[in-house]
Amino acid sequence: MFDFGIITSWIHNWLLSFMPLGLATFIECVLIGICIILLYIIVAVIMIYMERKVCAAFQCRLGPNRVGPWGTIQLVCDVIKMLTKEIISIRSSDKFLYNLAPFIVILASVMAFSCLPFGRGLEVLDFNVGIFFLMASSSIGVVGVLLAGWGSNNKYSLIGAMRSGAQMISYELSASISLLTIIVLTDTMQFSEIVMRQQDAWFIFKGHIPAFIAFVIYLIAGNAEVNRGPFDLPEAESELTAGFHTEYSGMHFGLFYVAEFVNLFVVAGVASTVFLGGWMPLHIAGWEGFNAIMDYIPSVVWFFGKTLFVVWLLMWMKWTFPRLRIDQILTLEWKYLIPISMLNLLIMTIIVVFKLHF
Amino acid sequence: MDIQTIIFIILAAIIGVCSILAITTKRILRSATFLLFVLFATAGIYFQLNYSFLGAVQLLIYAGGITILYVFSILLTSSDGDKAEPLKNKKMIIGLLSTLAGLAVCIYVIVKHKFTESVFQSGELEIRTIGYSLMGTEKYQYLLPFEVISILLLACIVGGIMIARKR
Repeated sequence: MFDFGIITSWIHNWLLSFMPLGLATFIECVLIGICIILLYIIVAVIMIYMERKVCAAFQCRLGPNRVGPWGTIQLVCDVIKMLTKEIISIRSSDKFLYNLAPFIVILASVMAFSCLPFGRGLEVLDFNVGIFFLMASSSIGVVGVLLAGWGSNNKYSLIGAMRSGAQMISYELSASISLLTIIVLTDTMQFSEIVMRQQDAWFIFKGHIPAFIAFVIYLIAGNAEVNRGPFDLPEAESELTAGFHTEYSGMHFGLFYVAEFVNLFVVAGVASTVFLGGWMPLHIAGWEGFNAIMDYIPSVVWFFGKTLFVVWLLMWMKWTFPRLRIDQILTLEWKYLIPISMLNLLIMTIIVVFKLHF
Repeated sequence: MDIQTIIFIILAAIIGVCSILAITTKRILRSATFLLFVLFATAGIYFQLNYSFLGAVQLLIYAGGITILYVFSILLTSSDGDKAEPLKNKKMIIGLLSTLAGLAVCIYVIVKHKFTESVFQSGELEIRTIGYSLMGTEKYQYLLPFEVISILLLACIVGGIMIARKR
């Protein structure tokens, strides 16, 4: 299996050959920043195209099919439309907070995005508190949502922001607890280590029953945390006057939109890393020949394949279930998901203590 | 001047400027936002020291938790376009005096304190070490404070429910 660490260390050594360490580190940071933002945009474009096609498939439609082959150029047109739209400034609102809010949301999204291990040797932020850092950075997005609601100077936006804020804070809990269930099994929080531990079997097979329950809970909670699926109250224009982004137009709205789709990718990426092995190919202990064949498929393909599969699951959920009310959403979280996930954590601890896992 | 010093100066400048802006701005939600930036930059200093656990805790608890609580309570309580009243003279003098006293104490401590040699080792601190020192019962392990804090939090939750439901 090809290790991308060879390329990065080669670039590092090449830069070190004619400049001091500090400058080389700085240049590498800038380069990695550019790469991350480029990848972010590409992922956002893929996700939006996929959303439209999957949505169309579930509603027995064709989806975009006029611009370019299979409608692939449609998104470029949409981006140009978005860029040429006027950014309306709201009278007697707090301009500073109004303009700042989309950037806080996008900052949280980029920070969480750069934690993902995209392939072998392709980790950007690989702390030993990886999952913890990811939860921390994704929780910052709530501040952006609340500031957007306040900065719009519109009571519907404010109420929508409170709604989404309450929803995101609540669902963060059960998402964290279900990730914690797997951390109990792995005894590490570093993403690269988590992937390496799944060399003989993925955690969803290793941890059997509690791991599967945690996977399902994580998918539900993750979907709700990024304000999607049956929990997409900010998009209920007809019933609730949309949500916190009612007053945003042009690229400011575009930032919220892009952040939502990439957050969906991040949720799916974490689910695929923690439960389905990330870039680790499908290995079955003992089947050496089978494992060797699986190793020929590049690690990046494995990661993106699994992540897009989880994204597809989440979109399936979104386009199948009807939208919930806010009290139903909070009841589902506080009365069902949190007790179940806590019990599940207890079961996983018992299984790890008595070594009942594979 | 190496890159570490430059990064430290940038972070320190952000902390200083945003702290001043947080108390001089007239709008209360803007103060909360500048406080958020101060907490971000503080987390940046922790990351620079390679103490990523404390940095992540700073982001999760302070930036992601406490600031959100502040913003929530501001949104729920203050009326639209709430602005701070101009300070009265008496309050101004008292505030100024207490600030100067605090500054004097801080400068005295910093100047008088003999800083020990740095025993900093590069590389991240094992998360396992942090876990054992939080949950252990031996010397330099802090199970009792940990549990006391959890009881305090439980009491706060119960109190919050009591106040909110009033039955």
